[in-house]
Amino acid sequence: MTNRNYDIIIIGAGVVGCMIARFLSRYDLNILLIDKEADVGTGASSANTAIVHAGYDPVPGSLKATMNIAGNKMWDTLAGELNFPFERRGDYVVAIGDKELPKLEELRKQGIKNGVPGMMMLSGEEVRRREPNINPEVSGALWASTGGICDPFAVVLAAAENAVMNGVTLMLETAFEDFIMEGKRIMGIKTNRGIFSCRWVINAAGLYSDEVMHKAGVRPEFKINPRKGEYYVFDRAEITINNVLFPVPTPVTKGILVTTTVHGNTIIGPNAQDIQNKDDFSVTKDGLDEVFQGALKLIPSLNLKHVIAFFAGVRPAGNASCLTPGINYRADYVIEIPEVIQGFVNLGGIESPGLTSAPAIAQRVIELLIDAGENLMEKKDWNPIRTARPCFRDLSKEEQKILIQNNPLFGRIVCRCETVTEAELVAEIHSPVPARTYDALKRRTWLGTGRCQGGFDTPRVVEIMARELSIPLEQISKKGSNSNFLIRRTKEVSDGN
Amino acid sequence: MAIKNKYDVVIIGSGPGGLAAAIAAKKEGAQDVLIIERDKELGGILVQCIHNGFGVEIFKEDLPGPAYAQRFIEEALSSGVEILVDTMVLDITPSRRLYTISKWSGFVELDARAIVLSMGCRERTRAQIRLPGTRPVGVFTAGTAQRFVNVEGYMPGNRFVILGSGDIGMIMARRLTLEGAKVERVLEIMPFLTGLTRNYVQCLLDYNIPLQLSHTITNILGNRRVEAIEAVQVDDKWQPIIGTKEIIPCDTLLLSVGLIPENELSKKAGVHLDPVTGGPFVDEGMQTSVPGIFAAGNVVHVYDLVDWVTEAGYLAGKSAARYAIAERKRQSEQVRLQPGDNIRYIVPHIMNKESLTESDQQLKMRVIQPVESRVWVEVLNGENLVTRKSQRYVRPGEMVTLDIPQKVYDDIQETDTLTVRVVKR
Repeated sequence: MTNRNYDIIIIGAGVVGCMIARFLSRYDLNILLIDKEADVGTGASSANTAIVHAGYDPVPGSLKATMNIAGNKMWDTLAGELNFPFERRGDYVVAIGDKELPKLEELRKQGIKNGVPGMMMLSGEEVRRREPNINPEVSGALWASTGGICDPFAVVLAAAENAVMNGVTLMLETAFEDFIMEGKRIMGIKTNRGIFSCRWVINAAGLYSDEVMHKAGVRPEFKINPRKGEYYVFDRAEITINNVLFPVPTPVTKGILVTTTVHGNTIIGPNAQDIQNKDDFSVTKDGLDEVFQGALKLIPSLNLKHVIAFFAGVRPAGNASCLTPGINYRADYVIEIPEVIQGFVNLGGIESPGLTSAPAIAQRVIELLIDAGENLMEKKDWNPIRTARPCFRDLSKEEQKILIQNNPLFGRIVCRCETVTEAELVAEIHSPVPARTYDALKRRTWLGTGRCQGGFDTPRVVEIMARELSIPLEQISKKGSNSNFLIRRTKEVSDGN
Repeated sequence: MAIKNKYDVVIIGSGPGGLAAAIAAKKEGAQDVLIIERDKELGGILVQCIHNGFGVEIFKEDLPGPAYAQRFIEEALSSGVEILVDTMVLDITPSRRLYTISKWSGFVELDARAIVLSMGCRERTRAQIRLPGTRPVGVFTAGTAQRFVNVEGYMPGNRFVILGSGDIGMIMARRLTLEGAKVERVLEIMPFLTGLTRNYVQCLLDYNIPLQLSHTITNILGNRRVEAIEAVQVDDKWQPIIGTKEIIPCDTLLLSVGLIPENELSKKAGVHLDPVTGGPFVDEGMQTSVPGIFAAGNVVHVYDLVDWVTEAGYLAGKSAARYAIAERKRQSEQVRLQPGDNIRYIVPHIMNKESLTESDQQLKMRVIQPVESRVWVEVLNGENLVTRKSQRYVRPGEMVTLDIPQKVYDDIQETDTLTVRVVKR
């Protein structure tokens, strides 16, 4: 029987929701984390540039700047505790031609105001030495040593797993519908899976955060303006970029960058396109062309022949005014306990650098709850460590031998391009936050992300999932309801049509 | 089956090219011939090609794919070819060492005197043709759909559009129709058919499936499942013609947009690839740029007919066997000097046996641990002592020398390894 009474319900299991759940799991609280999708981290957290930002971009004085700087500092500890891939290799803002050079100095000054440590100006010559493929017209770069790259899927998953290990209840395919109120007090929420009562609701609904807060009667003027960004992914066997390379930013975005990833693939993007539908993750020809042209400015030798994938992400850009007096900025984060209602922690507009900021936002939420009089008691048995499961392709031949000796399923490669074994899939299907869809397995193991894009593995994975989940093959889906790979058996001609 | 640690010829992939190479290698006199196949069955993609059209040139018969494969599988097995199925080759070195893994045998390293690469080809993907739109379920390459339907026995959709008039796409159009699905359209960006005319007649015309040349897809619609595709007519520069856009409702899109030789392993072995074909540069015997590594079939370039792949396999297998036999002869004239107890290394590493007909051969070596008492430095052939000398002590800092005398020439003719060790007297 499902528990229906909680102290805290968190709406949305993206990086912010999962990080809050993980940080709150150290206290003696009954916590429910819900998401409408079949996996954690499927919205804005699923498709982004995977960068931990140094913090020179946000407007000084904004909550974005504060969270970025505070969040960035927490990543080494976080990666150590949660065991996800994170490399603090620094990032570069690259000026092409002399006209862009003054921009770098502006950015550096802004970074100093924000409190970014470890920035340095580099000559064009030095940049060419560090990144031989760079546009030869490079005139200089701002280097920020605290920039980093991570695997955002792994971050969300690790946080969710650690939360679950420490007693948080996670319910997927559970969609928030409305609040249950008594006067000005939140008593619980209505979902497609029924009613859950609680003392606090935390709005971590990302792209849908405006709709959630409006149901509570909070900030009726707040609106998420979804802004799409498209990306290309390149074959790591064909091109290698060593660094994170930003162009000089424009007033709206940090621009189309070229970066390496923790998996070794080069990615380029994003553009910035205001869109109407929050679930519009489609890529467009014009968008991809814009991304490619933008990236050529930094790396002229990029070749579309080496593209192995593309994707689009949607930024949950908000319209909240910065609360710092004298700062005229209208796209700041919302992190508050609104006065008009009781029992509501409201977050909104957590776009980039949202991934970087997530741990700091979680910390801020705890402070808000304490300020609101919540008596948070630490659990004695809280375990901050989440161990990573073995990733076969990253191991030496000797280590691989031992793995196969102990578990023969490590000897069966299911995805040949990315060298993913059956044992890894089985482990993910039975992990604390079980993978129940193909995409969930893909995000956890990097299955099907290589050159053949799932052509080889899909039939095999469907079979393994059906076996491990003890359900018919027809019920295996790509991303939850209404996305099943198979319709029926052959020889069973359908009725109608 | 016991896996040996050295084979004359190792063949990677058991499609038509690999099977033919194995048979030819045996015929040519290779002794230990091994096929490594990643799937659970032999035959490669032929297993899922249940349509006919195979064997017209070689057998003067019109066979389905699995029947065509079966003839070669039986011939290979009866001629003594060894097989490892459900086994993946992780890595190959230019010196022809293979690293393989499987659920059954674990992590196995083995050496080959010659290797035949016959990994076939893979299908071009949506990303490679940069087909925009959403990313729902229901977009498959034609070969993946073919595997689902013909091997697993499941239908991936009810209402299909096929992009590309390659053979697999047309054959799947017929197959899906026979399974009760509706194939709305086959679209081809080129102004001409890219597959065989016989397939157009037998797979599309006979089933009233419309083919539209100079048409492509500009968008995929549907967030979770494909709901429709947006098709458009193109001009001779492949640019969409304004006013020709059409939304075609469907639940599945199959891509039959070309094949690429599968050469990730070849690259690991250091084989040079032709940027035009995507396959290795080969000589008249199908040898690649790495001596002793040969390539057969679609891994070299994509063939029209499987019969030609088989012929390419015969050629590669024959050449590989000849190379292996020569290599075997060369190796039989050599003996490897293997460091045993307390020996760190020996120079030379290999000795030609014939050198003993001219003079004694001096070995130079270093020990791992010092021994401050009298020791024997011994050369062993298996259990048998070949020669030895006494030393008052050995120390890692002081090189040890030892002569292999001419008189042992006859004793070591049958061996390929001599072990050197240090033992206390």
